[in-house]
Amino acid sequence: MSDSATVSGRVGEQVSAGTAADFAALLKPRVMSLVVFTAAVGMALAPGDLHPVLAIAALVCIAVGAGASGAINMWYDADIDRVMQRTAARPIPAGRVAPGEALGFGVTLAVGSVLTMGLFVNVAAAALLALTIAFYVFVYTMWLKRRTPQNIVIGGAAGAFPPMIGWAAVNGEVALGSVVLFAIIFMWTPPHFWALSLYKAGEYARAGVPMLPVVAGERETRRQILIYSLLLTPLAVLPSFIGMASPAYGAVAAALGLIFLVAAFAVSRAGAGDYRAARRLFGYSIFYLAAIFAGLLADRLWLGL
Amino acid sequence: MPLSDRHRQKRGRNFALAGVLVLLVVLFFVVSIVKMGGAP
Repeated sequence: MSDSATVSGRVGEQVSAGTAADFAALLKPRVMSLVVFTAAVGMALAPGDLHPVLAIAALVCIAVGAGASGAINMWYDADIDRVMQRTAARPIPAGRVAPGEALGFGVTLAVGSVLTMGLFVNVAAAALLALTIAFYVFVYTMWLKRRTPQNIVIGGAAGAFPPMIGWAAVNGEVALGSVVLFAIIFMWTPPHFWALSLYKAGEYARAGVPMLPVVAGERETRRQILIYSLLLTPLAVLPSFIGMASPAYGAVAAALGLIFLVAAFAVSRAGAGDYRAARRLFGYSIFYLAAIFAGLLADRLWLGL
Repeated sequence: MPLSDRHRQKRGRNFALAGVLVLLVVLFFVVSIVKMGGAP
């Protein structure tokens, strides 16, 4: 336990200075909320029935598993987080939670969430949850993040798995529908994070993270954002063509996608050092993904498709 | 840090942990009942 994160009391006693809120922050609650939401949509769209109690249990497992990944990520990336303004106040770099505590917390929750998913729901969902955690921790955090500008392209798969887990929780299958949901988030991740990294490039460079603007420059990043946006927007309309959603959803997704493309085009046309379009795209991309998945959910709940 | 602050901090964490454990017990209980077919 590091001295910076502990308060020595009586002889032999060491108490972490971390509060319950600090441990909750290790779970990256904002990321967790998006993960739970997309997983719930995957559950709602999957053919089959799952008892509501088991559905809630599955969502809890997914939330805890996602949080565990976040805690382990914060443990491994504490050195980077310390350098970046956006992350310097996190519990480990701020010295409120000891790195070892965060690691133990994350590993315990990761193992617990996977085992519980296997016991409560099914082995397929548990295996996918384990794969997601392992992918985020080992492939993205430990392998790709510090080595390649493709880090968030490949690593983005970890964020794309939750709807597949939700789907598998219902019927134990990996089906075309769940792969489409995976693909939507997978294609959404690069333009989302590259828009952010355009105006945070300096911080990433200082931290030694080879984000695309740092390695390939702004111009190439803007071009890549447009390419991925062109791939993403038709993909988000696809559910209405394969019987997963109604034409009404397709129309909404197309309209949302058009706005996404306009925003991405604005990013691609912006001059060097002008980040207004990138900020707008970053903000809109969050709304876009939430709206696409909310649209799919609404379609299923209200139109019964 | 004064002793009282440390105790307050520990107490907060303990209550939070107790809350989580109670929720887990309830979840495991309800899921067990459902899995045994005791619920509609």
